Amino acid sequence: MSEHKKPVEEIERVAVRFAGDSGDGIQLTGTKFTEATALAGNDLSTFPDFPAEIRAPAGSLAGVSGFQIHFASSDIRTPADQPDVLVALNPAALRANIEDLRPGGMLVINSDAFVTKNIERAGYQGDPLPALRSKFRVVEVPFSKLTAKALEDLKMGTRDAERSKNFFGLGLVYWLYNRPIEPTLRWLESRFKGEIREANIRALKAGLNFGETTELFPTSFAIPKAKIQPGTYRNITGNVALAYGIVAAGQCLEKPVFLGAYPITPASDVLHELSAYRNFNVRTFQAEDEIAAASVAIGAAYAGHLGMCTTSGPGFILKQEAVGLAVMTELPSVIIDIQRAGPSTGLPTKTEQADLLAAMYGRNSESPLPILAAATPGDCFHIMIEAAQMAVKYMTPVVVLSDGYIANSSEPWLIPDVKTLPRVKVQHRTEPEGFFPYLRNEETLARPWAIPGTPGLEHRIGGLEKEEKTGNVSYTPQNHGRMGFLRAEKIRRIANDLPPVEINGADRGELLVVGWGGTHGAITSAVNDARAAGQDVSSIHIRHLHPFPLNLGDVLKRFKQVLVCELNGGQLWRLLRAEYLVPAESLSKVVGQPFKVGEIRARINQMLGGKA
Amino acid sequence: MAAAATLSRKDFVSDQDVRWCPGCGDYSILANVQKVMPELGVPRENVVFVSGIGCSSRFPYYMNTYGFHTIHGRAPAFASGIKSARPELSVWVVTGDGDGLSIGGNHLLHVIRRNINLQILLFNNRIYGLTKGQYSPTSKLGSKSKSTPAGTIDHPVDPISFALGAGATFVARTVDVDAAHSQEMLLRAHQHKGTAFVEILQNCPVYNDNEWLEIEDRKTRAEAGLVLEHGKPLVWGPKGQKRGIKITDGVPSIVELAEGEDPVAKGVAVHNEKHASAAYAFALASLARPEFPMPLGVLRAVEKSTYEDMLDAQVTGALNKQGPGDLQKLLMSADTWTVGG
Repeated sequence: MSEHKKPVEEIERVAVRFAGDSGDGIQLTGTKFTEATALAGNDLSTFPDFPAEIRAPAGSLAGVSGFQIHFASSDIRTPADQPDVLVALNPAALRANIEDLRPGGMLVINSDAFVTKNIERAGYQGDPLPALRSKFRVVEVPFSKLTAKALEDLKMGTRDAERSKNFFGLGLVYWLYNRPIEPTLRWLESRFKGEIREANIRALKAGLNFGETTELFPTSFAIPKAKIQPGTYRNITGNVALAYGIVAAGQCLEKPVFLGAYPITPASDVLHELSAYRNFNVRTFQAEDEIAAASVAIGAAYAGHLGMCTTSGPGFILKQEAVGLAVMTELPSVIIDIQRAGPSTGLPTKTEQADLLAAMYGRNSESPLPILAAATPGDCFHIMIEAAQMAVKYMTPVVVLSDGYIANSSEPWLIPDVKTLPRVKVQHRTEPEGFFPYLRNEETLARPWAIPGTPGLEHRIGGLEKEEKTGNVSYTPQNHGRMGFLRAEKIRRIANDLPPVEINGADRGELLVVGWGGTHGAITSAVNDARAAGQDVSSIHIRHLHPFPLNLGDVLKRFKQVLVCELNGGQLWRLLRAEYLVPAESLSKVVGQPFKVGEIRARINQMLGGKA
Repeated sequence: MAAAATLSRKDFVSDQDVRWCPGCGDYSILANVQKVMPELGVPRENVVFVSGIGCSSRFPYYMNTYGFHTIHGRAPAFASGIKSARPELSVWVVTGDGDGLSIGGNHLLHVIRRNINLQILLFNNRIYGLTKGQYSPTSKLGSKSKSTPAGTIDHPVDPISFALGAGATFVARTVDVDAAHSQEMLLRAHQHKGTAFVEILQNCPVYNDNEWLEIEDRKTRAEAGLVLEHGKPLVWGPKGQKRGIKITDGVPSIVELAEGEDPVAKGVAVHNEKHASAAYAFALASLARPEFPMPLGVLRAVEKSTYEDMLDAQVTGALNKQGPGDLQKLLMSADTWTVGG
């Protein structure tokens, strides 16, 4: 860390948003700042928000990429509703983000980019800065010129030098918040070579030194380490945690993993990550399409591997017929849908939670399966182990729902001791005596997993209705009714294994806020804030969406009012009302963005009226 | 179970009643497959039949092996998963012209392209049977069917050319009623390392009867079919009316042969299933009735690395190079920090 001569002010928390063109390296800048912040020992939560286009026209509103990080010395669960600091590399980035900046917050701009051409391209009539000076603390820094100056003896073209300006900005913010620069320096040294490496390192240091010497910033800030559970931590995104969870699921079951996948945003990163782990006995198969990706995974499951596939909404829908076959043939597999905003192609890089009913009811006929949803980036790890073990115990496909928000956002993650992970040895049927393909375990109703290569167990399965026990094709009405019941009853019995829903707050009272998936952080923060303000409100997070935990109905009925918050038109809300006949209300948001804590708080206030 | 050597045809007959229509060509194919199975030297428990949807796709139920009747068109994908996961299994895909070339055309293309070591038996009857008589992607232009009372207006696809175009390393054609030839082709397909594609001309007596009559009928087969034999000239025809196929600039033409005349001297091509280029096999595939005889036999058999071998090599390579994966190390593979208790 650099020597500071200027005063340092201690603060509890701050949220910073970096914004620029999608070609400006904003996501990289944000990721590096996050890593440095994690190592500084703060709690943190991030929100990357980028366009679907690889390179939208430079300087256009459509091409603006943003990365917000909220970090604190206390426990935090969201990337914050409003950034306290906005770093905008051009007028378009300013225009797309300025409305979110906290009144009185700090706006750092790259003054070199505020030329007439760029200002007009962003849709401003004239220079927007004068009007902003009364609302925010505007700090104008010539990023491009200062970067070019730091690199002048490198004989790089102006254009190449310009590309290092994000590191200048990163260095400046490192100074502002007293972050260690060593991890980023180490990364730059390992990642780049020659002049580019030198240029980025110099730009980073120039930004840091500029902060120390310029009169624009009279003080820097320090955020003390957060008091969090002891242990060894790392920073992790939901998609990396999910990939590790898939590896761990295979190890915990002592089974090879077979992942079928077709590239799709925002799930592709899981395929990329897993394709590097062949030495973990993980086989990735990039299939010709979404249907084939599900089919190869289910084929591998039939052959005795742990078959999985990762996808997002449009791909999830294409897979449904194959998933229905896995329901009918009762083969263990895990289908992961990293939900994105839709319908159709929708907003591929934006988040939503609107595939819940597709997971519940999106296959032809009655075809029940268990559904789990990850709550946080780190939870993506543990949920995969649970889903895989559920799949083999109950011989069923399992759907895991993640979403674009937790897939790409990150948090400090307490690295588990792998010795403590639940391990289960899979028992394949080998005894021919008394074997029938659909002979069921009395407790779980699971059929045997008899895999090819086992002498004496040769049998045929398929999508046609099965006769109970023998598995022969059967079209009789009574048998079809019986098999439909057994398929549903098997899934219902999974509830016996589920932990009860835990209540955050009092276990009965005026208002219960219900959420699932990636809204966990925003809901918990809103409810904790409301409780701190004396309001009679509690919250629950439903991780198991089908079947529901056994105590759920009882919990819901202990509150006078129930509010279900979700990033869809009210899908869990409908399920809860149908299942438990509770007069729940719905807070629904479908704009491709996560909940803000304030939005949930406002609804809580409204529902509690004068009873706050 | 029983060692492969002691198995007989009966060991491969399942206890299920066969439910194809009387006279269906599938009966002959089933009998031929059951006859060949004991000759493969593969333990019964290592054999898996995988099918999609359609009349042909009921096949696995009648084989006393492992069987997976999957969804329409996707059998090649399920089979790819099975074979990639468990290369020691002998995997057979049974499909039809609709299942394989219409709804499943994409998967057929990709399984062949990857050269996964499995056998694909495509029963071609140029009609949709299970849905009761609509035209299929192999139906001749103008075919009248339930859904085309005025005749089809889409040009058909040729299964053999399709397979060759996908880069098939083994392509053969046979006919349901010719037991000896069918069994030879099934054996050859099994012996081939890589995707083996076999088109089986099959008669649907209910919806498209006698589509292949001139090939199926022994009286006309000599005139209508050209039986391919590696190293032998492309000569066909009834006794005394022999003719040969000459290929010039990739285009086949017919050469009339006098009694006792040396075909090779007259420019007739000598069959070579091992040409590195697929151009020759494409020329053969273009031979169609009524102008030309229909080739029967192995059109192409070449060697290429298989997907599952390369996948296994990557797994083994990674294990040798990096050692078995250490999960704890993987989880720690980033900057970490420790918070004291």
